[in-house]
Amino acid sequence: MPEVKKIATRDSYGNALVELGREHDNVVVLDADLAGSTKTAVFRKEFPERHYNAGIAECNMMGVAAGLATTGMVPYASTFAMFAAGRAYEQVRNSIGYPHLNVKIGATHAGISVGEDGASHQCNEDIALMRTIPGMVIINPADDVEARAAVKAAYEHEGPVYMRFGRLAVPVINDRPDYKFEIGKGVLLRDGSDVTILATGLCVSAALDAADKLAADGISARVINIHTIKPIDEEIIIKAAKETGKIVTVEEHSIIGGLGGAVSEVLSEKYPTPVKRIGMNDVYGESGPAGVLLAKYGLDADGIAKTVKEFVK
Amino acid sequence: MANQIRKGIIEGTHAAGAGHPGGSLSSAEVFTYLYFEEMNIDPANPKDPDRDRFVLSKGHTAPGLYATLANRGYFPVEDLKTLRHLGSKLQGHPSMQYLPGLDMSSGSLGQGISAAVGMALSAKINHKSYRVYTLLGDGELEEGQVWEASMFAAAKKLDNLVVIVDNNGLQIDGKIEDVNSPYPIDEKFAAFGFHVINVENGNDMGQIDAAFKEARTVKGQPTAIIMKTVKGKGVSFMENQAGWHGKAPNDEQYAVAMDELKKVEEKLCRK
Repeated sequence: MPEVKKIATRDSYGNALVELGREHDNVVVLDADLAGSTKTAVFRKEFPERHYNAGIAECNMMGVAAGLATTGMVPYASTFAMFAAGRAYEQVRNSIGYPHLNVKIGATHAGISVGEDGASHQCNEDIALMRTIPGMVIINPADDVEARAAVKAAYEHEGPVYMRFGRLAVPVINDRPDYKFEIGKGVLLRDGSDVTILATGLCVSAALDAADKLAADGISARVINIHTIKPIDEEIIIKAAKETGKIVTVEEHSIIGGLGGAVSEVLSEKYPTPVKRIGMNDVYGESGPAGVLLAKYGLDADGIAKTVKEFVK
Repeated sequence: MANQIRKGIIEGTHAAGAGHPGGSLSSAEVFTYLYFEEMNIDPANPKDPDRDRFVLSKGHTAPGLYATLANRGYFPVEDLKTLRHLGSKLQGHPSMQYLPGLDMSSGSLGQGISAAVGMALSAKINHKSYRVYTLLGDGELEEGQVWEASMFAAAKKLDNLVVIVDNNGLQIDGKIEDVNSPYPIDEKFAAFGFHVINVENGNDMGQIDAAFKEARTVKGQPTAIIMKTVKGKGVSFMENQAGWHGKAPNDEQYAVAMDELKKVEEKLCRK
């Protein structure tokens, strides 16, 4: 088996910002003393005059980004998901969301794959929080290809965008010539007839591996990548519900309010279908190696396959 | 003009049956000075990229800003009566989505100053000469974000930024020093790297004029102008009363207030 290429989507974020900075003079990057970790330091190296460090003060950083946006700049405000969506929630809501300003939020180190830092830094609530803000677009890319595409699509989109990136290097699964990224459009990655697995972020790769395992057990699982949580692709979800009868959602996030919540809301109103949500089950994470944590909380291929198998039985 | 704006504040809050007259009245002179004297603005071209900007960080005093914008020609003075009404462009707190001429939406205290800092930073990045003004309440200084923003503004040497503090001494729950004192305000801003100007009487146009002229001479650091003002200024029964922070005058009080302001107007006209 050939070695699978792995890249953390936070690296993709930094690299895509550099490309974007070369194309557009009005791109400006803000960070909150985490430029080395969020990878905006790569941008700073090439464009020091367009990179500003707000220091450890995320609330002000979001407000400064809002102010910059009112003047036609396109700020990418960057910090860990915990602080972008958590600490600065109200600033994002009132200073960015309410005036619908053109601010892009690059939130790295989302979910439990942060690993050893532990629960205080493992944000499993950001998608839920950001979803409640009217007009906010939420993108949770699955790999390097998708993350870079998302950073550029966010620039083209007029209005606030929340992008979620991970610390952990993850397999590149979208490296194909016909790959196309469109905000709000789910991607069918594998067809199947017994059940549909709707996955987002780093769980997409694990869901594909889980589908392989399920096939060996005679279960045909469709796998769809929902990279945009908001606006969500209702059409692809309802179609999958109609055709496969059962839906499983997989995310490195609380099962409350994230992908599982969004999908349940769509289906309960438009096409009631049994749904199983896989994610953090209303608990905090903990310290440990990322891979071990993902396995412990049932988010690796084995865990997903096991849950799906019990659900379709 | 400040008197006209005071009338607009009373007119608006009375028609709305709600709103924040106290802090609006204490800022009437500075609103007037900014929009009629200091700022490079054109009501006919409110989106001019080179215009000076104003962010009302203490967004609850929107009635004061609205009355100023109306008198400056951004929209008809008559519209002030729609304050806080359903469908009005005059939302309870300023919303740029509703009202062209507003440079920022505000109202959640502590946030406006950060947006103003972002605007000032943009001017530096893009080599523009516009200036940015933001008005804060003294109680608002209790918000930590004010100091995050202040630290950033000084660190980035934003000398095109003027932070104005309306020091009327009162907040919702009482005297600011009794609630959670932000004093000494001037020393705090100085320690954060601001050029600080204390204005003894922030309801005096001459003193205001001197302060803003001085601010224009400052290089390499932002300016903070701390203005001692009287909450409820110009309406006898509202002056220095915390109770008039967020309460509208009833019909009787409205009549008394308008009468007082009209008398001031007549006196001014005779001068």
